[in-house]
Amino acid sequence: MQFVYQSSVPTRSREPADMLTPALQEIVEDFQMSPREMRLQMLLDYSRGLPALPARFADAHDTLERVEECQTPFFVAVEVVDGHVHLFFDAPPEAPTTRGYAGILAAGLDGAMVDEVLEISPDFALKMGLGELVSPLRLRGMSAILARIKRQVVLHTHGATG
Amino acid sequence: MGAPIDPDPKINRYAHPERVVTTQWLADHADDPSVVIAESDEDVLLYETGHIPGAVKIDWHADLNDQITRDYVDAEGFARLMSAKGITRDTTIIFYGDNFNWWAAYALWVCSLFGHADVRLLDGGRQRWVAEGRPMTTDATHRTPTEYPLTPRDDVTIRAFKEDVLAHISHGPLVDVRSPGEYSGELMHMADYPQEGALRGGHIPTARSVPWRRAAQDDGTFRPLDELQAIYLEEQGLTQDDDVIAYCRIGERSSHTWFVLTHLLGLSRVRNYDGSWVEWGNAVRVPIERPDPIA
Repeated sequence: MQFVYQSSVPTRSREPADMLTPALQEIVEDFQMSPREMRLQMLLDYSRGLPALPARFADAHDTLERVEECQTPFFVAVEVVDGHVHLFFDAPPEAPTTRGYAGILAAGLDGAMVDEVLEISPDFALKMGLGELVSPLRLRGMSAILARIKRQVVLHTHGATG
Repeated sequence: MGAPIDPDPKINRYAHPERVVTTQWLADHADDPSVVIAESDEDVLLYETGHIPGAVKIDWHADLNDQITRDYVDAEGFARLMSAKGITRDTTIIFYGDNFNWWAAYALWVCSLFGHADVRLLDGGRQRWVAEGRPMTTDATHRTPTEYPLTPRDDVTIRAFKEDVLAHISHGPLVDVRSPGEYSGELMHMADYPQEGALRGGHIPTARSVPWRRAAQDDGTFRPLDELQAIYLEEQGLTQDDDVIAYCRIGERSSHTWFVLTHLLGLSRVRNYDGSWVEWGNAVRVPIERPDPIA
């Protein structure tokens, strides 16, 4: 299965309760279909699969935004190119849960259209059953990452359109 | 029956040297059939990224807590967990974990509620083991399930509830182990944990502020006995027979201090108020102290 976003393809209309990109929707469904132990393993796989920070960000680390709500140093950068959103993360290996969440966002949102990212319902992590894995209290910290991504997307979009 | 006590000089000066082991002791006794190593972490995936060979995982959230009520598992749930981890009633359990052993101390404390006799902490926890370059593995640990007996949970001796704390105000020492900002009420939550907040800030009246971190050294190990005595006995004036209640936010940092007071300093009656500030700061009509009311 592959999901390609092209600027000629308008944002598909989706049900209000289902504001996810197809890629993220598929990840959510994979988690929903899997037993707890499998979900842990999947989250770990996303943690391992998180792409490394490109050199242009690693060399200019202060251009990244620190997510203060995360207990460990966690940084995110957003680029918007031709209406497509690109995400970059720097998360330490000793925080695999947060890295895993970042890996899911990278796989589920990278390349998506601006509107699609802004429409992501922040409770998708709960729908995935992550709350049973990482305690509902900690889970809310993760939503701060998504909120900061959305804020950056808005900033970049306004910057681009003047 | 259980594993031998660590002969390390620092460990042996503690009141209960049978409660702590060094990384070297663990390396020497990891294959002892009476020993089970258990990792309990803040980050629930950390064990899967690599753990001490042979260690089992105990998840503070999913394994130790009831999933509906805010409480610990019952006798059946605890016996099921111990059995699944290959632990018998006679096993020496060595706990270790990330973040200065917070959750390792918490898991040890929960096991103590059920009267598991031989529970010990790895001094320095995961941090020190890794820093010393000792072996880690991602190989799954397979242990044969055991017959673990049903043992009642003792909620009186080392556990305090909100009502106990209310009755304790002005009658015995309360130790607030949170950060100074949380104690004073400036912070409504621990720095970096905004999601575990409370509607009111401040501390329980008469509680003294002794942040948990003071008991630990930078490498994650406990301070030696004389330094702990200087903090808790000389500076804070606690005595061996004091009836002490410690609290933090959800009970894990106060488990660390509970361990220090009980097993390292040997105080005879220390309780952990696991409801802690997430309960107290949200409860209706409980007294709260703040140094400077907001102008």
